[in-house]
Amino acid sequence: MSTGWTREQMAARAAQDIPDGSYVNLGIGIPELVAKFVPEGREFIYHTENGMLGMGPPPADDERDLDLMNAGKKYVTALPGASYFHHADSFSMIRGGHIDVCVLGTMQVSANGDIANWSTGAPDAIPAVGGAMDLVQGVKNIFVITQHTTRDGEPKLIEKCAYPLTGVGVVSRIFTDLAVVDITPKGFQVVELAPGIGFDEVQQKTGTAILPPT
Amino acid sequence: MINKTCPTVAEAVADIPDGATVMVGGFGASGSPIELLHALIDHGARELTVINNNTGNGEVGLAALIGNGQVRKMICSFPRSSQSKVFPKLYREGKIELEIVPQGTLAERIRVAGAGIPAFYTPTTVGTVLAEGKEVREFDGRQYVLEPWLKADFALIKCEVADRLGNLTYNKTARNFSPLMCMAATTTIVQARKLVARGGIDPESVITPGIFVNRIVEVSEPVHEDTLIAAERSYP
Repeated sequence: MSTGWTREQMAARAAQDIPDGSYVNLGIGIPELVAKFVPEGREFIYHTENGMLGMGPPPADDERDLDLMNAGKKYVTALPGASYFHHADSFSMIRGGHIDVCVLGTMQVSANGDIANWSTGAPDAIPAVGGAMDLVQGVKNIFVITQHTTRDGEPKLIEKCAYPLTGVGVVSRIFTDLAVVDITPKGFQVVELAPGIGFDEVQQKTGTAILPPT
Repeated sequence: MINKTCPTVAEAVADIPDGATVMVGGFGASGSPIELLHALIDHGARELTVINNNTGNGEVGLAALIGNGQVRKMICSFPRSSQSKVFPKLYREGKIELEIVPQGTLAERIRVAGAGIPAFYTPTTVGTVLAEGKEVREFDGRQYVLEPWLKADFALIKCEVADRLGNLTYNKTARNFSPLMCMAATTTIVQARKLVARGGIDPESVITPGIFVNRIVEVSEPVHEDTLIAAERSYP
């Protein structure tokens, strides 16, 4: 059985589907890697919820500015043409439909595009929602990058999310280590398989019916 | 003459009573008014409700205020992070209340409070547990959840440059919630890295107009939460 795409390859594959000129918000984790793979000839402007457009890559350790962080509380840089703004403006960009693409990680996605990525709902879990619920409602295209299954081999693409939802019917496309999957009116639809991965393996590792590539 | 400057952080926070609701600017470490928070610890007001995006890191600043047992309730969007240990422990022990609010809703609830608008409809949380018990209304075929304004008695804010009228500028992403909180609190207390004369800030560059600010203390070399944590400092 092949291993499919690496985390970096998943991020690079997702970047391929972001149109030139897009305003993009990247979630924490694998989605952050997308910024390393801007396709040749395209320009993306990165938005971070804590108040910047034009976010650049991390600085060298000795060039850190303590007042320049991203939403994941990591130090970043500002590219030429960047702008700073307060949180209400930042979330107006999100809720107001001005951000074109958001790439998020997830715990579960359902066949109708529901996403659960903020809480397991366990009694001792400390709920922490951040900006995820605003992003999934407001951004035009919600991409998800995730391993196809959990570390224990449980499917993350399932018929109905078991964890508390972040948003209902909001996901458009999923990039996993095995395939690119669209949410369609008929449910999950494979649009591309990772090199060396067969459709049967994808179906076997998906928690509900998934349509083969056409 | 209007002069909102105040000589020390201790005097600036001296009238914050037990039971007050206090907004604290900052997003994680950036923009956190550490000196004002430490003055509030020294002052000792208890049973506070604190509004911030997070719950502080390490054992300094907001985390130290919580760790000192002065906070009854936190209203925030993201109460845990890699370096937050004080709040998670107290929460699991049932010693502190938590109201979890999505980040954009938190910002807008604060903004509308400052703008005199008691509630607003937002698509955020529709269909989730965070919308349970709230009014849902349809506009143009889509559902929206009603969210109320969020006011405070005091706001503790860190800014870059201030003048004696309370006009403020911020530095980069240290701005975050602070301009909104300045508007929404009855008494806004600001620590400024630099205090300049009236006219010392270009009017085109003012981010928070002085009308929203009540007290300004110059803290010319503010400590940064991450620096304190790296040095394994705690407060008091």
